[in-house]
Amino acid sequence: MDINTPVTELYGSYFDKYSEIWKNQINTIQSKFSGAIEEVRFPREYPTDMPILYVKKESLIAVLEELKIAMGYNFLSDLTATDEEISPRFEMVYHLLSHENMARIRVKTRVNEGEDVPTATVLWMAANWPEREVYDMFGIKFSGHPHMRRILMDERWVGHPLRKDYPLRGYQLFPDTPAPKADLLEKSDR
Amino acid sequence: MSKDGSAVFFTTKLDDFVSWGRKHSLWPYPFGTSCCGIEMMATLCSDYDMARFGAEAVRFSPKQADMMIVAGIVNTKMAPILRTVYEQMAEPKWVMSMGACASSGGIFNVYSVTQGIDTIIPVDVYVPGCPPSPEGVLHGLMSLQDMIQKGETRAQRREQALKRLNLFHPFKTSTAGEIKDAGYKAE
Repeated sequence: MDINTPVTELYGSYFDKYSEIWKNQINTIQSKFSGAIEEVRFPREYPTDMPILYVKKESLIAVLEELKIAMGYNFLSDLTATDEEISPRFEMVYHLLSHENMARIRVKTRVNEGEDVPTATVLWMAANWPEREVYDMFGIKFSGHPHMRRILMDERWVGHPLRKDYPLRGYQLFPDTPAPKADLLEKSDR
Repeated sequence: MSKDGSAVFFTTKLDDFVSWGRKHSLWPYPFGTSCCGIEMMATLCSDYDMARFGAEAVRFSPKQADMMIVAGIVNTKMAPILRTVYEQMAEPKWVMSMGACASSGGIFNVYSVTQGIDTIIPVDVYVPGCPPSPEGVLHGLMSLQDMIQKGETRAQRREQALKRLNLFHPFKTSTAGEIKDAGYKAE
């Protein structure tokens, strides 16, 4: 590869290389989970660097399992959420990477405020801490998570700081150490 | 005794003598949380040599130190830890707030950062800068020494107030209830 190749051309070859793989995989998923896929956004048609699959919340884990086991997306490289300030309010974002094909894919789910999301720890144990972070920052709870509690902020914190309606300078000060919890060390699956 | 055997006296107040001793034997506890900690290490090392001022015995246990240097940002979750470490230090104790973040939160005017450590613990000397130069830290140390000599630090004013109330004991810490019962009013 020449070092002077423009970035657009580099991305073009990246899309050329993977668009067939992506299209085949997405067609397979759409035929298998008919009705579960709300929307598909593809590179070149939409300003994105990898295909985005909008999945209904009920079939999220089934789609992720299909992607992991049948399509080779074995690695969960990121799990986060965004606050869109519309209805439904939040979008869960899952970034998957296939070490076999070296291709990436993005799965999204729209979630309303107060709704639970099925946990991805059944597929990737690495989803444990990111899901706790999403709960801490956005207040989205995960059903079936082994240890659903705050990870970054103090346990006595009120509110969820990365929500758009949280005040930017919403300081909360806790000068004293919280009392230790008796059962904390006994749980092995933190 | 002078050389020829005649009696010679050097008179001073005991408090001044004790303060003189204290100001030349500060044992720092380094609470370095970010880049100011690196600058503090440079101040302790041979180029700037904080040992010239008697503050070279850096102790990593708060029970053996009497000057806490808070160097760097203190997050909201770090605040109770800082308070606990401060409370474990023996009186008289001094606190130097080093850098913009420790003094006021600095550029981090957001939910997750303590807006100045003086919201949690009392501070004697503030050293401005981002990070402060080693000369600034040394100036802060010398200012603290002057304050100790004059008896102006928070720990010494507390000691004087306890002595006025006949509550002072060198090895025993008075509880807040005892101090309040004796009629002490905070400034």
